[in-house]
Amino acid sequence: MATVKTFKINDEDVSGREDETILQIARENDIFIPTLCNMEGLSSVGSCRLCLVEVKGWTKLATACVTKIQEGMEVYTDSERLREYRRMIVELLFSEGNHICAVCVSNGRCELQDMAQILGMNHLVVPYRRPNLKIDASHERFINDQNRCILCTRCVRVCDEIEGAHTWDVMGRGIEATVITDLNEPWGASQSCTTCGKCVQVCPTGALFEKGKSVAEMSKKREFLPYLTSMRGNGKAK
Amino acid sequence: MRSATLAPPSEDKRWRLVDATMRRHGHSPNALIETLHTVQESFGYLEDDALRYVAKSLHVPMSRVYGVATFYYFFSLKPAGEHRCVVCLGTACYIKGGKAILDTISEMAGIKPGQTTPDGRLSLLTVRCVGSCGLAPAVVFDDEVKGRVTPPEAIDRVKDWF
Amino acid sequence: MAINMDELKERVVASQEADAQFTHSIRVCMASGCLSSQSDLLKKELEAELKKRGLEKTCQIKGVGCFGPCANGPVIAVEPNGPMYQEVKVTDIPAIVEALDTKPVEKLVLPTDTPFFNRQVKIVLENSGKIDPESIEDYIAAGGFEGLVRALHEMTPQEVIDSLTKANLRGRGGGGYPTGLKWSTVAKAEGAHKYVICNGDEGDPGAFMDRSVMEADPFRVLEGMLIAGYAVGADYGYLYVRAEYPLAVKMLKAAIRQATKQGFLGKNICGTPFSFEVDIRLGAGAFVCGEETALIASIEGKRGQPRPRPPYPAESGLWGYPTLINNVETYANIAPIIRRGMEWFHDIGFHKNRGTKVFALSGKINNIGLIEVPMGITLREIIYDIGGGIPNGKAFKALQTGGPSGGCIPAEHLDTPISYESLSQLGSMMGSGGMIIMDETSCMVDVAKYFMEFCMDESCGKCVPCRVGTAHMYDLLSKICDGSATLDDLALLEQLCDVVKNTSLCGLGQSSPNPVLSTLRYFRDEYMAHIVEKRCPAGVCKMKHAVEA
Repeated sequence: MATVKTFKINDEDVSGREDETILQIARENDIFIPTLCNMEGLSSVGSCRLCLVEVKGWTKLATACVTKIQEGMEVYTDSERLREYRRMIVELLFSEGNHICAVCVSNGRCELQDMAQILGMNHLVVPYRRPNLKIDASHERFINDQNRCILCTRCVRVCDEIEGAHTWDVMGRGIEATVITDLNEPWGASQSCTTCGKCVQVCPTGALFEKGKSVAEMSKKREFLPYLTSMRGNGKAK
Repeated sequence: MRSATLAPPSEDKRWRLVDATMRRHGHSPNALIETLHTVQESFGYLEDDALRYVAKSLHVPMSRVYGVATFYYFFSLKPAGEHRCVVCLGTACYIKGGKAILDTISEMAGIKPGQTTPDGRLSLLTVRCVGSCGLAPAVVFDDEVKGRVTPPEAIDRVKDWF
Repeated sequence: MAINMDELKERVVASQEADAQFTHSIRVCMASGCLSSQSDLLKKELEAELKKRGLEKTCQIKGVGCFGPCANGPVIAVEPNGPMYQEVKVTDIPAIVEALDTKPVEKLVLPTDTPFFNRQVKIVLENSGKIDPESIEDYIAAGGFEGLVRALHEMTPQEVIDSLTKANLRGRGGGGYPTGLKWSTVAKAEGAHKYVICNGDEGDPGAFMDRSVMEADPFRVLEGMLIAGYAVGADYGYLYVRAEYPLAVKMLKAAIRQATKQGFLGKNICGTPFSFEVDIRLGAGAFVCGEETALIASIEGKRGQPRPRPPYPAESGLWGYPTLINNVETYANIAPIIRRGMEWFHDIGFHKNRGTKVFALSGKINNIGLIEVPMGITLREIIYDIGGGIPNGKAFKALQTGGPSGGCIPAEHLDTPISYESLSQLGSMMGSGGMIIMDETSCMVDVAKYFMEFCMDESCGKCVPCRVGTAHMYDLLSKICDGSATLDDLALLEQLCDVVKNTSLCGLGQSSPNPVLSTLRYFRDEYMAHIVEKRCPAGVCKMKHAVEA
């Protein structure tokens, strides 16, 4: 039996199992912590940095999605400083790609757009980088528009951990990094892709979408994920 | 193990070296980087066929092999030129004029760092410190490290290569 | 083979007797620095010359590791009590051999009675330039493996850890984490296996300390790892070395082979139940792999991307097992501490900083090369005494330490004694030991841009602030350098520094703003000159829209 730990989030007493994360306990208690790369049912990578929280006595900020709870810790999920950082991170994401909501299939149903609204990011201070990235429409059912990718790697994880195909991965590094299928080959030519479409459904933006969808028409179905994960008998794959 | 009997992409004898590395590591997926080192050393670069062969032999997904091959600067997906000129841009070399050497060669050869001349004779590359800071600025001509290089000397050295 | 202390001592005597057959010994530096000025050819010609004169039975030739003064290569030393020669050419050989029993060849002599040599204190580099790195007998004759034999036969693992704790050894990779504490965490962690990793992925541009240690004294690194394995209960070790260091890899491979043959590696080492094996893994050109979780990913054959800590590798590291990671220089300190005792080590250095630190001096300084100095020595002593000051009558401007994670220290702080804490307070850090000296001809904004470009290129791309933030910061610095930036751009740069520093996932991202922050702190006027006056005070940057004078 796992031990129960009690601690505080925003001065409120909360408790959880020792193997649970700050993010899990916050969600159980309806305390909002913004996330983008995190997705219930997939492993956590801690890469978007939106879920950073303050812990009393810690010199560094804690990544809520991967930090296990500790007895007596005092977590603060909201402060002027955190809001500032989160706003800038979302701004950096907007500046990195070509996120033009008005022409996007996911307009109104995009997690990046939602996050900008929640965090009050309504204009950019940093300049747009305007990369010229490719759009892969070679797949019979889906399209990959890299201009809208935020490298959250949900597609990589769902394909590896749930579908078991590992069609997706990340190539290159730094600002040049992009998601790829197989040996950076057209998606439609992929030998490993099972056309299950899970990657499309977990994608937080309009980067992966179904063919035939027009502006603001792409809504994503996520119900399958908790179901499939529980079928595998554990909370997180791998 | 099925992977052990997988046929190499060609008759080329260099595949034996690649096979030997994979065998030494028991065809474990962990041996990916070690194997790619052997491929790069044997063939000079990583061809798609080689990546496919390594992926299948080590049971590593194709996209992961490609992800690894493009993550590390030591690996190259394109054949290098007949001659290689590697300019060190470590801090010591940078403040002692490594950049000027690079710019001069780049201009003379008409290629940018990381590129190979169209005739495949010369590749111009940069490196973040070869550890010869005592001899800054350093340039590696083919496999020979030269210290205290000046732009005219560098040109003299590579002028027959393009 | 059950090697005990008595047998080890016998071998030391035997080895010394073998050396005593020779009346002279010429040591030739065969490390990377001197090799690039053809010291290998020099050694061959020396051997031929001795043979020609029938002296091969009386004069011994030994290929050794780095002597230190790398810029004066190739360097050779004549024993006993003979001179050290610099910039030796093949044509000088007859004269050198001629002079074996007479007066040294004056024009080649490298004076050794100088601060560069006599202000140094050597622990890590004690064998460097003395022993043949390819000979285990040489290493044993110099006291090698005494620490291991003592640890295995006379000490419990806990006693080994306690002596490191009491010696106050701290991680030489730059962070300065107490080594004893790290080892004891791994020792306490539970796991079916445990691993010991040596981080030889020296990636800081301008640093070549670890390469030199691996090339000059590979057995010392192995011995440190072996003692670590015994202390924490690990049975397997990995040496992660940059592929750009082929000579270091060759030396380490040879050392592993010999140590295995002689029973210092493998099963039941020195007749005890302790078994330990070591394998080498090559880095493939990714600076971020110096970060411990990225390094582990790389050994596992994956993209070298860091993951958030905790859990620390001490609990869950390589393949999920408890893993000890230290860098080359840290391991190189272990055997001497066990052999000579913690009190001896503790007597060197000051405050919480004990022992020595190896630095690679380069840039605009007279004595370029590798030095080892006691902690607490001042920066001024290093630059002006050991380093011999700035060449060509130029003025000192800044000292860069800590590589892309460190900062630039100006002249007014040169009297600071070196310690992990003091360098951090100055906005730089100890780092792995690169020290690059800049004079008045260096532009500090250009230097900041140089490091930011490095961080941008080396960002793994996993987390948003580092991936996108470093690219924006580089663009802003480029704008400042070409004179097209505004004061708003500077404000944005400072804001990005704050965000990237505090929100990045790993050390690379968190420290990437340091070169900008430290140059802004000490050389803000240079930034302002670029932005407001559209002028580069050092004359390095080419302004897009130069202001008419």
